[in-house]
Amino acid sequence: MPLLLLFGGLLLALPHLVYPVLALDLLLWGLFAMALDLLLGYVGLLSFGHAAFWGTSAYTSALLAKAGLPFPLAVLGGVGVTTLLATAIGFLSIRRQGIYFAMVTLAFAQMVYYIANELRSLTGGENGVQGVPRTLWGLDLSNPLAFYYAALPLVALGFFLAWRTVRSPFGHVLIAVREEEARAQALGYPTTRFKFLDFLLSAGLSALAGGLYALNHGFVALEVVHWSTSGLVVMMAILGGIGTLWGGLLGAAVVLLLRDWLSAWTDAWGVATGIIFVLVVLGFRQGIWGSLIRMWQHRRQAIPKS
Amino acid sequence: MEPSVLLLHVFNGLVNGAFYALLSLGLAVIFGMLRVVNFMHGALYMLGAFGAYILLQEVGIGFGLALILAPLLVGMLGMLLERLLLRHLYALDPLYNLLLTFGLTLFLQDGMRLFFGIQGQPYGTPGWLRGAVDLGVVVYPTYRLFVIGFSLLVCVLVWYALERTRLGMVVRAATERPDLTRALGINVDRWITPVFGFGAALAALAGVLAAPMRNVSPLMGADLIITVFAVVVIGGLGSILGSVVAGFLVGVVTALGALFYPALANTLVFILMALVLLLRPAGLFGNPEAS
Repeated sequence: MPLLLLFGGLLLALPHLVYPVLALDLLLWGLFAMALDLLLGYVGLLSFGHAAFWGTSAYTSALLAKAGLPFPLAVLGGVGVTTLLATAIGFLSIRRQGIYFAMVTLAFAQMVYYIANELRSLTGGENGVQGVPRTLWGLDLSNPLAFYYAALPLVALGFFLAWRTVRSPFGHVLIAVREEEARAQALGYPTTRFKFLDFLLSAGLSALAGGLYALNHGFVALEVVHWSTSGLVVMMAILGGIGTLWGGLLGAAVVLLLRDWLSAWTDAWGVATGIIFVLVVLGFRQGIWGSLIRMWQHRRQAIPKS
Repeated sequence: MEPSVLLLHVFNGLVNGAFYALLSLGLAVIFGMLRVVNFMHGALYMLGAFGAYILLQEVGIGFGLALILAPLLVGMLGMLLERLLLRHLYALDPLYNLLLTFGLTLFLQDGMRLFFGIQGQPYGTPGWLRGAVDLGVVVYPTYRLFVIGFSLLVCVLVWYALERTRLGMVVRAATERPDLTRALGINVDRWITPVFGFGAALAALAGVLAAPMRNVSPLMGADLIITVFAVVVIGGLGSILGSVVAGFLVGVVTALGALFYPALANTLVFILMALVLLLRPAGLFGNPEAS
């Protein structure tokens, strides 16, 4: 309970610690990384195409908001459209494993990228969607700080859904599938259906984050569906710690704060990202959260039982 | 539709297919031996093109010699990266190697952007390959015919080396059962680095071939590599024959498809991939049991 209060307090104070747009970005990318980890960490499937879900929702939410919908409904529309897309992509790719799954999801995401680029009348192609308003039944939310607090309940709902999933019987089956799929099958679990549902959930949460991301910035660039976006979220999840859920939030915070800080004096962000990626994969695979948990467990073991 | 127009598109498709085939062949060789899906492949292709460009601008070496030198240099870089970095991850899930090479891709692409800018650099068609050839039905640029012929030749040579020589036998054996091959007294590890270097050199070779046709730019391999991944899924991951046949096939089919429905030009390869996944999940030439 004190931990929950501390977390809640941090969420409320965050836009006063860093500027509000970045504060919401931290939470949204964090939710995105957690959604990815629901697949990667809990059933061992590395999706390299999650930009397709984040980006599709970003476009849909932005267009719905421009059509005059209040922002929660616009985001809900984004989640709906994205879940439909995820149903198709998930159906085709869920039976694949490991690197094969990664390549297939990556390829489908690139298809979405080309379609987004092609549908210029809707997406604006390389110019993107500009001037996205954010309203809530007459309330003016153009102030970033106001929007942060307006969006916070939705983000918290996303966190809660992810957390609840992991702690539920459904989540335990997922871990069983990750550890030994054949055994879970032998126990009578339709493992493919579990993986598919997890895929949809992961895509839906990514969509929730992506839609809010579009509204947070007031515009959508083609970058939201590019493969480098898929790679960036994978890096955040790994940096935080695979299979830790909350690690994603931490990983996203580190990457975004680093980018914010680096961009002040260099434009070599790609070089920096690449180096971090290589270092994390080579020597820090447990991630920040994973390492902390491990340290804590070691300390507990070190205390002799009386 | 006029047959000559159709044939023109078939040839254009074969040119694209030549690049797909060379790149997916390199991926297949590397995957077969090392179980590494080399995300870096597109960046190595880009480095091959830049290698040719730099050799011409700074050293004055022409296209013919660059076709040998640039792949050699990139192959050496590949071997260096394999020894220094990739080597440490073989015992782990292959996903980590995919991630590592992804990171290296970002590094290489952005590094080149810092040096050369995002704009493309021009690379002239070599003198002895300028002009066009009259094939009776169509007149086609000599250089593009050369690309088709040269890459076909390379593919056949690689296939021959792998399927018909003792060296190929060792590589194939090590690919299938590294433990058993070791037990027969063959030093498998000795082959890993050269095979990676060879795969990297194949990617660079495609890059040199692309230099006179496409602008030499840091991002030239970025989207191509994903298309090649789709080609690899279509052909069957790790299949040597599948990578080459699927490469040319996808090139021609997408060129013809784009002729009838231009809006599909970029997405057709992914639609093909979806179809193959539905009908034959292991890929056209893949082993259904192995996947």
